[in-house]
Amino acid sequence: MHELSVAQALVEQIDGIVRAHGAEAAASFRVRIGPLSGVVPELLAAAFGLAAAGSAAAQATMELLEAPVRVRCQTCGAETGAAMNRLLCGACGDWHTQLISGDELILESVELRMPVTAAQ
Amino acid sequence: MCDTCGCNLTPGNRTFAYKPVEPGATTVSVLQNLLKKNDDQAAHNRAHFDARGILAVNLMSSPGSGKTALLEATIARLKNEFGIAVIEGDLETENDAMRIRAQGVPAHQIVTGTACHLDAHLVHDALHQMSLEGVDILFIENVGNLVCPASFDLGQHLNVTLLSVTEGDDKPAKYPVMFRAADAMLLTKTDLLAVLDDFDPARAASHLRNLASEAPVMQLSARKGLGMEAWLQWLREQLAAQRARVAIGQSRRPAIQQDGQKLHSASI
Repeated sequence: MHELSVAQALVEQIDGIVRAHGAEAAASFRVRIGPLSGVVPELLAAAFGLAAAGSAAAQATMELLEAPVRVRCQTCGAETGAAMNRLLCGACGDWHTQLISGDELILESVELRMPVTAAQ
Repeated sequence: MCDTCGCNLTPGNRTFAYKPVEPGATTVSVLQNLLKKNDDQAAHNRAHFDARGILAVNLMSSPGSGKTALLEATIARLKNEFGIAVIEGDLETENDAMRIRAQGVPAHQIVTGTACHLDAHLVHDALHQMSLEGVDILFIENVGNLVCPASFDLGQHLNVTLLSVTEGDDKPAKYPVMFRAADAMLLTKTDLLAVLDDFDPARAASHLRNLASEAPVMQLSARKGLGMEAWLQWLREQLAAQRARVAIGQSRRPAIQQDGQKLHSASI
């Protein structure tokens, strides 16, 4: 249920970008989310609809890039995929790994609709 | 990360930042954490703590796993050694803050209403309503919840996650986001292990290691006073480490965010 808090922060961020660029509104935006961020993309999308009502992001569509869970083994150096609750090296099985992908919660880009005069 | 000169673009994300756009439209690269505002506030809180040499510890767990009982037992043993203050987070009631004040240390209760977690702004507001004079360790008792609190940085230096032995020993496997964030995992209510045949402390530790966590696992019973010394000693060491960091102008974020930092500042 904390996705609503995340959605509200996201709407504020997009609103700020729309204002800073003198745009009319946000047409779309792209987020990259990994499962270990603790945010469920489907719930975020639903919460975004509520949080964005009346804002410059109200009509914006969300493009989702799902970040896979991947680890780098500190023992054998292999980079492998992993399950979010078993971050073991896929090559040697060691648990001394570093997460290299899977905890992202990033707003990557926003596509803005500019006023027609400004675009010409 | 820098969002003005574009140095936060890497070969891995560059393709997402730019794409052909329709006339009248423009695409802006952002590459910021969705919780940037919270993270900025958390950094501000952390600077407050560091300026005063305070160690801030965030306690997280399920409801009823013994966070407040642990604090009561900890304060009783450490209050003559260190200045201690507590921020309590609950959906309703002042009960936990009253239990802490009964131990003779200041406590501020944050009543979140329906919110399932504390965030950096709630903690900042609380800091302005309490005196940090003479405080060495500030405990923040988060809302009892194994999901949401893990996603919000409060400005703490350490996360301590409690797992009571009346819960399953597979909780770290079921709630990996929460347990991966732990700088220490405390198995609580261990006096009950004698009557529970389905909780294996070694299995709980093994599930934590499967999350690539090197966090120490300590077993204790706050009510019966079992295993408290290892926890108290860990706190003393962490406070000494915090003071050493402050002396050279450095700080520390909980383990999970250090990982994230490394990841997102990955080489170009």
